[in-house]
Amino acid sequence: MAQAAQPGRPVYSDAPVRLFALAAVLWGVVGMFVGVFIAAQLAFPDLTFGIPWLSYGRLRPLHTNAVIFAFGGCALFATSYHVVQRTCQTRLFAPGLAMFTFIAWQVVIVLAAISLPLGYTSGKEYAELEWPIDILIAVTWVSYAIVFFGTVGIRKVRHIYVANWFFGAFIIAVALLHIVNSAAIPVSLTKSYSAYAGVQDAMVQWWYGHNAVGFFLTAGFLGMMYYYIPKQAERPVYSYRLSIVHFWALIFTYMWAGPHHLHYTALPDWTQSVGMIFSLVLLAPSWGGMINGIMTLSGAWHKLRDDAILKFLIVALSFYGMSTFEGPMMSIKTVNALSHYTDWTVGHVHSGALGWVGMISIGSLYFLIPRMFGRKTMYSTRAIELHFWVATIGIVLYIAAMWIAGVMQGLMWRAVNPDGTLVYSFVESVKASYPFYIIRMLGGLLYLTGMVIMLWNTIMTVRSGKVVETPVPMVTAHA
Amino acid sequence: MAHANPTGHEKIETSNFLMIVLILVTVAFGGLTEIVPLFFQHSTTKPVENLKPYTALQLAGRDVYIREGCYNCHSQMVRPFRAETLRYGHYSTAGEFVYDHPFQWGSKRTGPDLHRVGGKYSDDWHRIHLINPRDVVPESNMPAYPWLENAALNPADVAPKMTALRKVGVPYTDDEIAKAADEVKGKTELDAVVAYLQVLGTALK
Repeated sequence: MAQAAQPGRPVYSDAPVRLFALAAVLWGVVGMFVGVFIAAQLAFPDLTFGIPWLSYGRLRPLHTNAVIFAFGGCALFATSYHVVQRTCQTRLFAPGLAMFTFIAWQVVIVLAAISLPLGYTSGKEYAELEWPIDILIAVTWVSYAIVFFGTVGIRKVRHIYVANWFFGAFIIAVALLHIVNSAAIPVSLTKSYSAYAGVQDAMVQWWYGHNAVGFFLTAGFLGMMYYYIPKQAERPVYSYRLSIVHFWALIFTYMWAGPHHLHYTALPDWTQSVGMIFSLVLLAPSWGGMINGIMTLSGAWHKLRDDAILKFLIVALSFYGMSTFEGPMMSIKTVNALSHYTDWTVGHVHSGALGWVGMISIGSLYFLIPRMFGRKTMYSTRAIELHFWVATIGIVLYIAAMWIAGVMQGLMWRAVNPDGTLVYSFVESVKASYPFYIIRMLGGLLYLTGMVIMLWNTIMTVRSGKVVETPVPMVTAHA
Repeated sequence: MAHANPTGHEKIETSNFLMIVLILVTVAFGGLTEIVPLFFQHSTTKPVENLKPYTALQLAGRDVYIREGCYNCHSQMVRPFRAETLRYGHYSTAGEFVYDHPFQWGSKRTGPDLHRVGGKYSDDWHRIHLINPRDVVPESNMPAYPWLENAALNPADVAPKMTALRKVGVPYTDDEIAKAADEVKGKTELDAVVAYLQVLGTALK
């Protein structure tokens, strides 16, 4: 397996992998802490303490950006750099540029952490960062594309492994989405206005917003899934043919789904209908990915009993299947008429975010981190098991609370008396939601606790391991 | 296994270039089809009859609204449902938003929709509510915004904003831009937010 590095033999460029992996764990704790704090504020609004940069409206974007781009982003950088090298049997193309992406991405994160609470925002969800940071993101992203596709280009293996199709699509799509949606006219260094207005801005924003989910949070993490599940389970991917069909169908279909965020708004009906249809179609390629991943365990189901990492990876896919069923259902206009603007949407987001994105990242990082420090396993496998159960219970509390609150809100808002008057004032729905805000906060607190356990385990693993250089194998694998 | 002359998917899987190009082509369709026509449709580009661009004070207020992230809890989009129009007023139409850079339709109602809040509450109600929401609505979970009251607007800020907006199609006149600084002199952020809230949804008569 791991051979000692010999002079003259090339070694994998794992420094960026190592750094991004550790950063992912750190930002996960930070981003989720902000999440728990703002969840508390929804139940206890005076937790603002009269301080502008602690107010919910400024902190919520910090939470979303931190968990998606800092936690999720670093996990994607770490794993894509790791996977592309191992599956291409070559070190990174331009390792110096890869190190630049690490530093630049951390600068983006720190700038976000400073600028968002200060109120420097574009006012567009998941795209709040103002234009100078947007430019830095674009530069970093182009560098990322050069490193990734450059590495694929110098591969010693003939076929491009499936994980790399997904990482590649993620990189290309995110570049397109970011550049188009961030178009703005600057007023000053800290302020700009969207180049688009009204309906056009809404459509561009949710074309971007849905595909931030579809490509950043799905395609990229499917790339992760396609490497770490076969590796941890020590089994090949279930179906080559399925991976081809669902890959192309997924990346085609996702780009149409944006309008389901705009049902019954001033967006034209034809656009809403197109978005709804494609969102329903999307169920198929999404489940293709879930099936391919879960069925990889064929003949090895017993491993789930004792392997906590595999638990994370497979349960991640279960949540993925759940969320990619729920999403199409919520894209049906009639269903959406009830769910839109309620906490059901928040519940849906977090089952995907904590269940799929969180768990697949956690499982992959538990595989990756020890190997980056010359170990086969993390410092404590019992802590991984504990993390798994704490996280799972946290997710269930979170989403159950949000489902109940969301449906309740939707029903209360539309309730009319026999004489046609409204039954409830708006604030009555707020009052009724408080118990569920508390339960959700507890669920999130559990999930955060799991991340803190992971942080501890990571620190102990780093301290008890050491950085080893891994040589690139001499023998070319048959592909 | 591997062929000398690959066909079908193998051809793509063994070519970095083909993979990149085909991915790019595949992901382009959705956006092009759904976004481009909206720039040309009558219903999505024509302003409603009484729509005026935001005044200097209203614009300053809108920027405070954006800065404080009000869209995280409030929507500005009344849907065409009986219960919704009963609660909020006429459903929102595309022509009302043509000058909104960026749009602020929101995606969550932790608090009520605000698209037609203009004229519903007095200026004084808004002032008390913004400084501490629970003074007028005890069960509210909205944060307090006491800092708005003493934050003076910087008159020099507004004209550059209107000039920038004009570049992306908002029809401000030279006269309006020249008078902008005077319009906000001596006013606070609280004045500005109230002015913005009071114009919301009033274009549709």
